[in-house]
Amino acid sequence: MKYALFLGCAIPARLKQYEVSARAVCAKLDIDLVEIRDFNCCGYPMRNYDYLSFLLSSARNISLAADRGLDIITLCMCCYGSLKKALQVIKKDTPYKKEIDAFLKKERLMIESDIKIKHILSVLHHEVGIDKIREKVTRSYKGLKIAAHYGCHALRPSEVVEFDTPQNPGIFDNLVEATGAQSVSWQMRLDCCGAPLFGYNDELSVKIMSTKLENGIQAGAHYLCSACPYCQLQFDRVQNMLLSKKQLGRSLASILFTQLLGLSMGIDAAKLQIDANELDISGVEKYI
Amino acid sequence: MSRIGQGPDMILKIGLYIALSLFGIGLLYRISSWFRCKIGPGARKISTLHRVASAIKGILATFFSLRFFNLITSLILDVILQRKIMREDFLRWIMHLLIYLGFMLLIVLHALHGIITSKLFPDYYSTVNPFMFLRDLFGIMVIAGLCIAVYRRFILKVPRLATNAMDVYLIAIAGIIILTGIFLEGIKITSYTRYREMATDYSAAENAGESKALESYWVKNFYVVSPNRELIFDAAALKLGKSVHERSCSSCHSDPRWAFSGFIIAGMIKPAAGGMDTAGMPIFLYYIHYIACLLALAYLPFSKSFHIIATPVCLLAHAVIDEKKSNPANIATKRAIELDACVHCGTCSIRCSALAAASGRKNSDILPSEKMQHLKSMIRGKKLDKHKLDALMEGVYLCTNCDRCTVVCPAGINLRELWFQAREGLIQNGKPMPVILSPLSHYRGLMKDRLSEEYYARPLDTAINALTSTLHDIKGRTVTLSVPDRDFNFADEAGLSIDASTCSSCFTCSTCTASCPVVQSYDNPVEKLGLLPHQIIHATLLGLKELALGSNMLWNCLTCYQCQENCPQKVRIMEVFYRLKNMAAARVVEAEKENAGSAV
Repeated sequence: MKYALFLGCAIPARLKQYEVSARAVCAKLDIDLVEIRDFNCCGYPMRNYDYLSFLLSSARNISLAADRGLDIITLCMCCYGSLKKALQVIKKDTPYKKEIDAFLKKERLMIESDIKIKHILSVLHHEVGIDKIREKVTRSYKGLKIAAHYGCHALRPSEVVEFDTPQNPGIFDNLVEATGAQSVSWQMRLDCCGAPLFGYNDELSVKIMSTKLENGIQAGAHYLCSACPYCQLQFDRVQNMLLSKKQLGRSLASILFTQLLGLSMGIDAAKLQIDANELDISGVEKYI
Repeated sequence: MSRIGQGPDMILKIGLYIALSLFGIGLLYRISSWFRCKIGPGARKISTLHRVASAIKGILATFFSLRFFNLITSLILDVILQRKIMREDFLRWIMHLLIYLGFMLLIVLHALHGIITSKLFPDYYSTVNPFMFLRDLFGIMVIAGLCIAVYRRFILKVPRLATNAMDVYLIAIAGIIILTGIFLEGIKITSYTRYREMATDYSAAENAGESKALESYWVKNFYVVSPNRELIFDAAALKLGKSVHERSCSSCHSDPRWAFSGFIIAGMIKPAAGGMDTAGMPIFLYYIHYIACLLALAYLPFSKSFHIIATPVCLLAHAVIDEKKSNPANIATKRAIELDACVHCGTCSIRCSALAAASGRKNSDILPSEKMQHLKSMIRGKKLDKHKLDALMEGVYLCTNCDRCTVVCPAGINLRELWFQAREGLIQNGKPMPVILSPLSHYRGLMKDRLSEEYYARPLDTAINALTSTLHDIKGRTVTLSVPDRDFNFADEAGLSIDASTCSSCFTCSTCTASCPVVQSYDNPVEKLGLLPHQIIHATLLGLKELALGSNMLWNCLTCYQCQENCPQKVRIMEVFYRLKNMAAARVVEAEKENAGSAV
């Protein structure tokens, strides 16, 4: 299994532990990650402001991977959704086609889009498979209750992203359960984390997040689990900001899925940068 | 150096002193600006004197602490070996190393031979090896480096590597200095005048026959172009010439072929050399070579060449300053040094995450190396016209804060911080910036503890007010039935026709609104959001442009796609929303441009 690893912007700058833990887990599961230094932003943050800039950004990344004959694996759900959407649009004859082609030519890239884009959860579930993961899990969790947060941009719009059944997905729950943890059922599991608005509509962003956290707590979860840097930053850094200002009553810390899986596969906590999270998640190890 | 008359010699000396004093004054001016220049709100409170004192204290403290090792490591790896350039691009590393090593060594060995080389090597003489050969070698190193530079900038045309006047100047002045030097050497090799001078001074020829034989030997072997028609080149004459050469010349003058670049030129110009010699070409070239050096020296503090001082200082400061713990006065000073340390090498722009937006928006100020140039001149007090200011404002905001520019900058500039400060400075000027209402603001949100609440909120309020003003106007009117003009092409404009066309399937069941988590968050959503999702789709379909574009809902949308996923008619609601946001933003941007146009 060989993929071009698409990290995006947020992970290298603000969530290094996601990259580190994902690499550690992939190495154990024989997923070969190829680095393409030339990758740029997926275009997601520009979509509100300038659709063309979004398409050009994604088109360049797709061409870079296609040039090397590689499929893309993303860790971020927003990158995933954006690249998938762009892949669909740039294949078609749209009013943007001319500009995209001209831009790629200027960047000396082939206008090539015949690749697959996958999120790490899909790769783990469909390519590696639950059975193989179970085999590798040597330190199964006992009694740990996890609230799996699916993330919007991997799940919807389903006709574009083709990630899982949008109304009743199971990929993430199956993966969590493969580690021995219990994936709790909670009403708001498919809802937004609030991150897309953070920075320009904080009040609403935080309100959306707080409601979701409360729902997770009520469902009896010990930890949230996410597989997207925006969601994770929201549940970790933004939640911590609120806690330090005493604007939040109860808290529910979030662990990245790659960290959760890594620990159960016997990878050292330091190698998964467990302590890089702002909210303490070291308690997870007590359930091993 | 060749013998030049007393008069011109004097002029050159005066020229040298003038150039040196201009260089000195310029240097003082530029270095003092490192302590005067204030970037960002934090720096404004610290006085220049305090910054100078802190710098001295900081430097002394570094010398007597463990950080001294950081300094030495950085000096070797970053300044001398330039590992950051090597990591980025091997060809460029070779290029820069050739130019800078060649030039530095030429300055030491050749330009300052009286001060440095002859003191270090008492038997130094410019015509003796290894010095003669080395001078040529260093010159050719520079030329090779410059050829790569020209190749990269003008032939290979690396994408996003912009070339400005300063870049051209630096390549040109270095080229002129080295090429005139090599030509001068070549023409001196052929010069009969020069040969006569040397022969008069050093020849141990005992008679006219020996003199002629020596001349024959030099003409035959070393490209001296003699007007003498009676020279004999038979084996006997050359043998005699060789012995006179060995007696008189070879101990103080290595074989001129060792000065290989000059020798090649000599071979090339040989047919015309006699005429050039009598016309005084050697002296003319000498003047050009010398004056070009003086110009480069005098202009150094004000040109891109200043990086040879500022960039090493910046790299060394980078190695010992900890942005979180160091003295704020020293951090403010480093911020100012960073502006001078930027050499417009374009590494940041080649690796920029937002690079595609520069093409999408047709705004080169989105690329870090380009906005840096405009920021520099603005910070130094130059007023940008309104269009340029708009471009710069969009440029500093259209950044994903991925940190790559900071990581790759070969000059050790903390661009992350520079952008942060510049951004906060620029977006507070009251102009509405729609780009701020996007996930590009995520980083600013995470950093909000560094800003006061008012400071944080003001640009956001300005933008949202400008974007939603039309709907407020409509809703504010007491007159009922004041339906704004319908635009029947609007639905088609609103996005890729394939997405927009799905709007016509909408039968206003309002499932979208019912499934929207934002709508559910408010007790009175209509008041808060202007229009609800199904109303926006309906307004779009009816061509009620002002209603659709002015709605607050667009800027409260989480883009969670619940609406689109749940729509029984498969209306691509979110795609239409994205397009409406683009259109609303573009309207405000255009209006600002027109304002700028009328104000200029």
